[in-house]
Amino acid sequence: MHTFEFIRPADPAAAINAAAQSKTAQQGADVRFLGGGTTLIDLMKLNVETPARVLDINRLSFDNIEDTSDGGLKIGATVRNSDLANHPRVLRDYAVLSQAILSGASGQIRNMATTAGNLVQRTRCVYFRDTAMPCNKREPGTGCPAITGSNRTLAILGTSDHCIATNPSDMCVAMATLEAIIHVQGPKGTRAIAIRDFHLLPGDTPDRETVLEPGDLITHVTLPPPITGSKQVYLKLRDRASYEFALASAAVVMIVDRGNISYIRIGLGGVGTKPWRSPEAEAALAGKPPNAASFRQATEAALRDARPQSENKFKIELAKRCLVHTLQTAANG
Amino acid sequence: MATTFDPTVSTTAGRAKNSADEIAVPITLRINGKEHVLRIDPRTTLLDCIRETVELTGTKKGCDHGQCGACTVHVNGRRVLSCLNFALAHEGEEITTVEGLGTAEAMHPMQAAFLACDAYQCGYCTSGQIMSAVALLNEPCGPDDAAVKELMSGNICRCGAYANIVAAIQQVRQRA
Repeated sequence: MHTFEFIRPADPAAAINAAAQSKTAQQGADVRFLGGGTTLIDLMKLNVETPARVLDINRLSFDNIEDTSDGGLKIGATVRNSDLANHPRVLRDYAVLSQAILSGASGQIRNMATTAGNLVQRTRCVYFRDTAMPCNKREPGTGCPAITGSNRTLAILGTSDHCIATNPSDMCVAMATLEAIIHVQGPKGTRAIAIRDFHLLPGDTPDRETVLEPGDLITHVTLPPPITGSKQVYLKLRDRASYEFALASAAVVMIVDRGNISYIRIGLGGVGTKPWRSPEAEAALAGKPPNAASFRQATEAALRDARPQSENKFKIELAKRCLVHTLQTAANG
Repeated sequence: MATTFDPTVSTTAGRAKNSADEIAVPITLRINGKEHVLRIDPRTTLLDCIRETVELTGTKKGCDHGQCGACTVHVNGRRVLSCLNFALAHEGEEITTVEGLGTAEAMHPMQAAFLACDAYQCGYCTSGQIMSAVALLNEPCGPDDAAVKELMSGNICRCGAYANIVAAIQQVRQRA
């Protein structure tokens, strides 16, 4: 691990000013905010992350969950994943978020991991994590050995010729279906970013994963008012029953009204280079009766643009079956 | 394996420091109710600080990457992985290791249950299992074995003592 200066900023302004001196907020950042550390410290041990300054934001009072005036929910940046998943309002109104978080990692890691940290969680691609290997995400321009190498767990949606790394987050997939808003305070003021605009596709700049710029501090996330009467389901498929990243997962928020689907939001995990929302699958189901035929149509639409690699063609059918099962569970709910 | 100061570690030009003394910073850590006044390299994980600096070796290093649970300790009563925490981040907090749970003469009920249920073989993962299990008593967890298994999935046992570990935890929960 490279040496670094450990700093505990007195307030958000001090944290933002210190972070604004970084040349980037993306891969290669020389200043990093420390939340739970579950990604950052791991990657620092691997020399994938080499910040010269680590800013501990855990004592900046971003650890509250509160109701918003419109009936939604405000979640502080350093709220721990376990506290968010077990919060009464999340359990009651945003069940898909609770299910998704509880399907990820372990009890210890959920006690550490923060809301904001999970939003910027890094890929588990083995080439990204190994500094002996080329990687366009870690060192732009060096190539992507995953495309011809070990790619069983990697993405089939949103890939490019430069990167096929999977976004590993469960929480973000649920937040995508709940249309969460990410609130950022930066050197130029505050802004609110819809989660669908927050993560970037790799394209030819896979080192850029989010829209965050130097000094941008995620302060909180808001969830819109709950979708009254919706059924919410998260299903995660993986190589072992617990404590494992998704090979494929699906998040569904659905309302069936007089025999037809009147509200539908669909997210996919484990298959995309960003937390995946599928407007195509949603369009295929809007106004349709919830049955095997419509569900199959929706999954075909969701995976139509899938581009499999040498070892992960199975993910196309796995993701389809995962989504069908999740839709059926929601419809029966 | 230790990640405490290693003079051969390469550092980026301009921020290289040449000796452990130059890098070390002061910290007071409260572990098992006792204050420890220390000087440590900022890179020191809570795990290495507990084991190498404070010399409490009950907490074990397994993978050192958050994938095995052997290093589980409590911070302010909640279970966390000490390998993925910097010691410097925990000044002023209450850290509990397996040494703080009980003694050979007065064991914590969970330690006694592990003994009674033969919930270990080689014993390397055991302190992490016990720390995780004690914290689980205060977490939302369904009554059945499946719920316990799910919430204990972050503690790997290579000997495969899982069945007896679940039995030990259920014994304590039923008596609580």
